[in-house]
This record gives sequence, C-alpha cells and structure tokens, in this order.
Amino acid sequence: MHIDPYGPTPRHVETFSYLPPMTPERLRYQIAYLIENGWSPAIEHSEPAKSMSNFWYLWELPLFGERSVDKVLAEIEACHRANPGHHVRLLGYDNYQQSQGTAFIVHRAGAR
Amino acid sequence: MAQSNGSGGYQAGVKNYADNYWTPDYVPNDTDLLACFKVVAQEGVPREEAAAAVAAESSTGTWTTVWTDLLTDLDYYKGRAYRIEPVKNDPSGAFFAFVAYPMDLFEEGSVVNVLTSLVGNVFGFKALRSLRLEDIRFPVAYVKTCGGPPNGIQVERDRLGKYGRPLLGCTIKPKLGLSAKNYGRAVYECLRGGLDFTKDDENINSQPFMRWNHRFEFVMEAVHKATAETGERKGHYLNVTSATPEEMYKRAEFAKSLGAPIIMHDFFTAGFTANTGLANWCRENGMLLHIHRAMHAVVDRNPMHGIHFRVLTKCLRLSGGDHLHSGTVVGKLEGDREATLGWIDLMREAFVPENRTRGIFFDQDWASMPGVMPVASGGIHVWHMPALVAIFGDDSCLQFGGGTLGHPWGNAPGAHANRVALEACVEARNQGRQVEREGREILTEAARHSPELAIAMETWKEIKFEFDTVDKITA
Repeated sequence: MHIDPYGPTPRHVETFSYLPPMTPERLRYQIAYLIENGWSPAIEHSEPAKSMSNFWYLWELPLFGERSVDKVLAEIEACHRANPGHHVRLLGYDNYQQSQGTAFIVHRAGAR
Repeated sequence: MAQSNGSGGYQAGVKNYADNYWTPDYVPNDTDLLACFKVVAQEGVPREEAAAAVAAESSTGTWTTVWTDLLTDLDYYKGRAYRIEPVKNDPSGAFFAFVAYPMDLFEEGSVVNVLTSLVGNVFGFKALRSLRLEDIRFPVAYVKTCGGPPNGIQVERDRLGKYGRPLLGCTIKPKLGLSAKNYGRAVYECLRGGLDFTKDDENINSQPFMRWNHRFEFVMEAVHKATAETGERKGHYLNVTSATPEEMYKRAEFAKSLGAPIIMHDFFTAGFTANTGLANWCRENGMLLHIHRAMHAVVDRNPMHGIHFRVLTKCLRLSGGDHLHSGTVVGKLEGDREATLGWIDLMREAFVPENRTRGIFFDQDWASMPGVMPVASGGIHVWHMPALVAIFGDDSCLQFGGGTLGHPWGNAPGAHANRVALEACVEARNQGRQVEREGREILTEAARHSPELAIAMETWKEIKFEFDTVDKITA
C-alpha cells in the first residue's frame, strides 16, 4: 500500500492552523460568531520565534462593544499591514468565564 | 411490640421505621443534603416503610430501639424520607424515595464520609430487593468545604493556550506490553501529528515490561520534543495510580520534576481518599489531573441497583479532578445521550437545574467551584467527529485511541487527520451549519486539503456501534 511519509514536524499555531489559510470570506463568519456570543474581539500579533509565549503583542486595545464585522476585519488587516512578518490572531474575551471564548490564527507569517 | 421498662420514656423493642423516619410534611432546608433512591421493596413491605428504612439505615437508625437514642436529639440528626414517587413504566414496582439528611451528619470536605453513610449497609438491607442511588443534592455550604478540581477548565485552557475548540487526545495502545522507549515513540508520533494529549491506559501502572520511571522519562522526552517542534503545548497523562498513597505521591513528584503538565489517576479503584489527597497535591503543585473511571460500570450500569454515574460525577467534582471520562454516546461504550448531557452539565456548569428528562432530580448549585472537563473516549474515529463536536461542545477532550493509532499511515498522520476533522467541524459549527446533519459534507470538504483525513475516512467508513442502551432514563 502507498504511504505518504509524515516528514519533519510542521510548525502550528493552535486553532484552525490545520486548515488552509483563512480567506476573508471564511473569516467573516468567525468574526460574526465571536460577536454573536457576546465576546469582545481583540487582536494579537507576534514574531513567529516568540509565539510560544502566553503574551503576544496586543494590537491597540480590545474592541469592546464592537458589533461590526467590517470594523473588526479592518483592524485585523491594519495590524497585519503594520506587522508583515508576524503571526496575527483574533481572540474573543469572555468576561463571564474570565477566559477566551475563542482564539485562532488569521495570518500566519510565511504562509502565502 | 415495644415494652415499657418502667423508667419513663424509654421503650425497648422494635418499631416501624416509618414511625420516626417517614415525614411527608417535611420541607427540606437549604443546608440539607438530599438524596433520591430508586427502591424495590420486598413483597408486603409498604413503600413508606421501605423509604423510611432507607432513611434510617443511612443515617441514625438501626433495627431496634436502644436506650442511648435518648441521650441525643435524634429529631435533629435523623435522615427523613419526605417524598415517594412511582417510577414511570416500571413493572417491578420500583419507586423513588427522597431523603433529606441534616448536614451535620457528614464530615466537612469528605465525600468518603457521605458515601459511607448513603451507600453503606443500607444496600444490603434484606427488606429491599434492590436499591439505587440516583442523585444527591449537595448543599452549597457543603460544596464550600470541598477542594474540587485542582485547576478547572479555564485555568487549563490558559496554561495550554488552547481556545475555541475541544482538546484532542489518544490512549496509547496496545494497552499492555510495550517497552518504555517504544511507548515513547508512539507518544511522540501522536503529539507531533497534532494531538494535544496522549494518555496512559488505565491498567498501565508499573509492570515488569515497563517500569513507571522508565516510561515517565521516555514519554516526557517525546512531549518536550513535540512541543518544541510544533510550537504548541503538549502533554501526556502520566498514570500515577499505584498500590499505596506513598508510591502515588513519589510518582507524582517525579512527573513534576520532569516538567509534566498533567498526571492521571483512577479514582474509583484507588478510592476517594487517595483521589482527594492527590487532587490537593495537584492544586499545590500546579499540576493538571486527569481522572479515569475504571470499575464505574460495575456499580452504575444496572438500572435497578447501585449508584448512578451522575452521583459519582458529583462526588469526583467535589473530591477533585480536572478531566473525567464521560462516555461518548456514539462510540463503543454504553451512554444514553440525554443522560450523558445531564452529567456533563454536572461536570462543567456553575448551576444545574432539576431536569428529569436528563435524569437530574435536584437543582445543584456548585457555588464557585471550578468545572471538570468531560473526556469522550472509547471506540471513536473521524466519522464520529461531527456528532462529538455537537454533543460535547468546546469544553471537552475527545480521545481517539484506535482512531489515531489505527490509521494506515501511522500515528502522526492519524493524529493529523483527527485535528483537521476537528477544526473543520468547529469552523462549520461557528458558521451556523448543522454539523451532525452535514457531517459527511463537512468532512469530505476538509479531506480535499488533507490526504491524511481522506485515507482515515476510507478506513473507518463502515464502523458503527449501534446497540440499545441498557440504562434508560426512567424519571
């Protein structure tokens, strides 16, 4: 039987990093889901070499109360343009659980 | 038949239990511990008498009057049977008996003591044909005396940096017989392929073929290497269950010295005393605690006699554990869907209201006690992923043993396939799609970008476990 060998271990960045890179269309759904859950959108970025840390750079401040998918999308793109060699992820602060309802990679450094 | 001995109030002899312990007018206090038993009495025993006998024998009573009864205030200490309900659609004459116990009957912070009373002698009582403890309401005041999960779901997520999806695990197989280095190889391949955790099988302790310290060393090398390579945090549940508490703590300390983020314990075979002690150790040492449940089905599967798993779940949450096996509903092991949803609520939620359709007899307020992450494990594979995501939601750990290791290309591709399937289902759910109904399309779409997933789907396409549930909800 044919076997595809699993080569050197690829780097990953948690949720959705095993799927093809996010497209704007797919991303819109995820932003809408985050907002619908009542979470606060926030954007973080990091040099890939430092991505194991709990604390990535926070982009501005969390977008408390933001309901517009377009505005969140625009902030993500602004962060990406300002930090072209960085990973960029979106997270949703859940102030009830005092945790993050979600956090996932949007732009992976080095990904096309 | 009571006889007066002529010295005032004391009458020696045997009284009906119902005289003292059947109190239908009693309104339970917020601080009472409440229990619901499913009772089948012997022929000729009235229901009130049987219910009162359960209340008596699980609290202050014995078969005869004793003079020392009069040295205490039994009206304060006694358990009270306060309600009886028939079990619907049951030909055996079973009924539910509700009993209220004053909190002072139980030592603070000791589920051991609670169980010794509630499921002690009374389960062998001759006047009963069978008896099952269906549910317990622990009063908030009692909950506050228990340590609970050493870390809880939020702390675990923060430590691991994983959000917005279930965690993914795998039990290493074969269950028994691998050498430590070969075992470490299997762990490494799973973790580098995309799993968050691997797990010792429950019966792996420290056998001649693989001593515990050798396993711990090789496994932790695998965990550290996979972590460094993937850039994601990984763990392996190192099983510290052992013959004595001293040995258990020794193994836990060694796991910590190797940088392990999580250890594992079998709470039922080892016992609640050992479990509570280990949970306390984990809380003090910043260690996550995975709980296996070997032996549970011996006491919780018979619908007429024993202890329901929701009671064991509550006791474990009080005793302490960060993960607990919950069944899968869809895999190879018994688990009714509604009942499972009931006890996973009891693991995770802050407040669980009475809900008879899920077998929950009482409101349960957990106060601020952290939640336990349910673990779905046992005969599941990629085709089950849509149902698992729908049933368990994000705060769960889905464990594919054979469903990872049985992949035709090996462990890393098997792990990769499961991770792709998981993330595809989560993404689809967030998009508002009906994940269970559209499972086939969602997985097929995802497999276009993942040959690992495509071959996994091909391998397990016909495998199902469709048997009727033995223990159905009767409430």
